[in-house]
Amino acid sequence: MSASVKSPWVLHYDASSCNGCDIEVLAALTPLYDVERFGIINTGNPKHADLFLITGSVNERQVPIIRQLYEQMLEPKVVIACGICACTGGVFKECYNTLGGVDVAIPVDVYAPGCAVRPETLIDAVVEGLGILEEKRLLLAAKSLKPAELPARPSAADKLVQGETVAAAWQKAIANALQTAGQEEQ
Amino acid sequence: MTLLSFGVALLAFVVLGPVLGCFLTGADRIITARMQGRVGPPFLQPYYDVQKLLAKERRSLNSFQGYYLILALVMTVLSGAFFFAGGNILLVVFLISLSSLLFVIAAYSTRSPYAEIGAGREIIQVLAYEPMIILLGVFFYLATGSFDTSAVATLGLPLVALLPLIFVGLLFILTIKLRKSPFDLSFSHHAHQELVKGITTEMSGHNLAVVEITHWYESVLFLGYVGLFFVWAPPLTLVLAVVVGLAVYFLEIVIDNSFARVKWQYMLSWSWIVTLVCCALSMVLLFALYGFVV
Ligand code: SF4
Repeated sequence: MSASVKSPWVLHYDASSCNGCDIEVLAALTPLYDVERFGIINTGNPKHADLFLITGSVNERQVPIIRQLYEQMLEPKVVIACGICACTGGVFKECYNTLGGVDVAIPVDVYAPGCAVRPETLIDAVVEGLGILEEKRLLLAAKSLKPAELPARPSAADKLVQGETVAAAWQKAIANALQTAGQEEQ
Repeated sequence: MTLLSFGVALLAFVVLGPVLGCFLTGADRIITARMQGRVGPPFLQPYYDVQKLLAKERRSLNSFQGYYLILALVMTVLSGAFFFAGGNILLVVFLISLSSLLFVIAAYSTRSPYAEIGAGREIIQVLAYEPMIILLGVFFYLATGSFDTSAVATLGLPLVALLPLIFVGLLFILTIKLRKSPFDLSFSHHAHQELVKGITTEMSGHNLAVVEITHWYESVLFLGYVGLFFVWAPPLTLVLAVVVGLAVYFLEIVIDNSFARVKWQYMLSWSWIVTLVCCALSMVLLFALYGFVV
């Protein structure tokens, strides 16, 4: 497990949430649940953040703001849409001012449905997000490899037989390649 | 101070400084969490944070920012090396001021309004603690007859007995130097504050990692200032100095957790009042009790 996974700093942004999901997200960040145990820090600064938690559906006015926050975050970064509104637009989907979920503005990595999103779902989503964060970090590190050294993404058929997900197998392959190139110790 | 002793101190500080600083910060975060009824992060969390920051993409608004911050780090390291090699205390003080200055320039270089307010506050902080630090050097000379920190080893009694009030003054401004509440105006290590992240708002990835490492070195150096007051002729007093340094760090954590951030006017006026009173009374004390000023 690399350090990226041990120290995810969170940025929370409220698109047009009804505040139900916000309260869930913020409650999970209170000292009571002590997320600092996992190295999670709630930072108000996109330039320091690794995880981007967005709640609520997106309307015209929010698109540039969300894009700007997203652009200001450094790779590797992961976007988590919290609540069904952030996933698809939810109950507000048909409103004249609503464009839809967060993915109308920026690419979303993990969708955490629920109205409001349950703490369990949120935790699952963050755990899922950390896996993606690690994958993105490996890909970023792999940019320094020569194309010949880069392993090909395994096909789904190969991997399902061995009882391993494609993403996990690929991550391992990249990590191995980096190790042989002497760029990273295990 | 010979060239050899400086070389040894430099090497030791370069290697041991960040390790000790990282341990101090890790312990700080756990103790802080326990004081708030939480479990807190793993002991090595500060190290994980820095490792993560170093793995991030390299990007900054001003390409010079990174150089300023690295220079600030170098100044801090040099300052610490001079200090622990028994070098001139004024040199130590001025190098550390230069480091703060470079840090401020790094923040201003991005022209972000948040970073600029943070940098402005950092300057006010420097203004608040600098008189005490320089007068510390002056009183050190008055008490020992030398500006070299190694002079404490020739004393018959600890510096704290000669200059108790200077020690109190140092404790007061140490809270500013270590960036602890109530004086963590320019940026704080905990939660986010009213200015996003203050002076570090525009520092990300590698640059933030350098800031963090500089802070590790600084913490060790500042606790060294505290230890200086408890070293005298017998070599075993070095142990006492370490113990007192750790005790003071614990005290700082208690203070950090018991006070809310104050306004800068309050910080500035009180640190100057404390400096003035402590220094004036120390002068009288030196004359009256020991009857000497070199
Ligand atoms: S998912 Fe439900 S609780 Fe969350 S923002 Fe939408 S309506 Fe509110």
